[in-house]
Amino acid sequence: MPSDSVSALRAVKRHWRVILYPIGMIPAAWLVWQGQHGALGADPVNVFERSLGLWAFRFLLACLMLAPLKRFAGINLLRYRRLTGLLAFFYASLHVLAYIGLDHGFDWGVLWTDITHRPFIILGMSALVLLVPLALTSNAFSMRLMKRRWKVLHRLIYLAAVLAGIHFFLSFKTLNAVSAPYLAGLALLLLCRVLPEKRR
Amino acid sequence: MALFQYPRPQPSEITPKEAYLSRRALIGGAVALSALATTAKAASLQTHPGPYSGNLTPTPHEDVTHYNNFYEFGMGKADPAARSQDFHPLPWTLEITGLVRKPVRLDVEQLLRSAAMEERIYRMRCVEAWSMVIPWDGIPLASLLKDADPDPRATHVAFESVLRPSEMPGQSDGLSGIQWPYVEGLRLDEAMNPLTLLALGVYGETLPNQNGAPIRLVVPWKYGFKGIKSIQRIRLLDHEPPTTWNRLASDEYGFYANVNPQIDHPRWSQATERVIGAHSLFGATRQPTLMFNGYGEQVADLYRGMDLRKNF
Repeated sequence: MPSDSVSALRAVKRHWRVILYPIGMIPAAWLVWQGQHGALGADPVNVFERSLGLWAFRFLLACLMLAPLKRFAGINLLRYRRLTGLLAFFYASLHVLAYIGLDHGFDWGVLWTDITHRPFIILGMSALVLLVPLALTSNAFSMRLMKRRWKVLHRLIYLAAVLAGIHFFLSFKTLNAVSAPYLAGLALLLLCRVLPEKRR
Repeated sequence: MALFQYPRPQPSEITPKEAYLSRRALIGGAVALSALATTAKAASLQTHPGPYSGNLTPTPHEDVTHYNNFYEFGMGKADPAARSQDFHPLPWTLEITGLVRKPVRLDVEQLLRSAAMEERIYRMRCVEAWSMVIPWDGIPLASLLKDADPDPRATHVAFESVLRPSEMPGQSDGLSGIQWPYVEGLRLDEAMNPLTLLALGVYGETLPNQNGAPIRLVVPWKYGFKGIKSIQRIRLLDHEPPTTWNRLASDEYGFYANVNPQIDHPRWSQATERVIGAHSLFGATRQPTLMFNGYGEQVADLYRGMDLRKNF
């Protein structure tokens, strides 16, 4: 009996981070609740869709922030890269689902024209498509299997972030106080990425 | 012995009758005063039903007055209602100048009492693909332009909004990137069309600040951004004037900006529109957008023979 509870405790200690996934999904649940209770205003679908996109972008930036955080501030939160990356993918998927289902009511004609003609939509959609293989291979098994190629593949997140950033910029009529800090953040993170490593 | 004794105040502690009565008068007066202030903000108008209203059901008053695009007060839809308290719409002078024989300076307070005021229930289609139905009260622009007696050389009408950074936070924070004041324009024949309205009220009351007080343009067959708000100057010209959104992004916002379900915005389709007022995520509706927003009968002739794809 005692040894059982000890091993259970060890398991909890090792896997407690799983609870961060449902916590990261709280904003989505909150948005749905607000939407159903008239708290998203007169055009709830639009607010819902945009908010999901913004959360996707926030998690994407959070994910990109972890490497420079370690390199420049010595804070090692690299183990949260999977969490933040998967949450970014989760919100991006919901964002696209809301666009397809809630906003356009599965009107495939309109959607097809959007996806084939509008740079704004093509950029956003490409960012999501790029995140798919990253989400699929975001496990220890894939890392072992792919070895060095895993790292190469996961550099795609930078491309996805650039595409998502342009898409985000285009979603406003003008450059403004809402989007500017996020875009500045993205620019800074990309700059960190290209800074040469210090020689030891 | 009694279980409880009422507290007995000393006679000196009792407020004299005159004192508390005068206090009540003061409070009553304050209440009356604030009621007056409220009515001054949204006074009811003498108006009568005008033509072209059809049998449309207006969007709830709350949405019409709290879901607005008015970048002078901020970029969020709730900003105009929340951040326009410091704006003083009256007194106000609207001038009609340029290529006219009789330049006019109109006192808007007098216009508000005009017998020509009529109600027009119009569809409002925003370029962002949402729509409302709004019961405006106003005066056809044509009647005011005729008073100014346009010169035969005049072909266009330019509108200029107010520039008041001290009362309009969106004009002073520089966040929107817009060059103030907001300017708009119409071709003269569009301006003279009987549908074109200078609105002074909505829902039978004077315009709230967030809806473009004290006087604004309503052109129901065009996208909402053509409806310039808080107008101070109207000038008749012999050429097409610059317009704010066209200056900012000419590939997205044309001079004409006629509602047209076949000509998409570069970023989204204009074939359908989200109907404002559902307030529920899964109960919201989309409806087909109508050519010229449903006013083709009145305005299609204005554009006969024109390539609407080029002149979007």
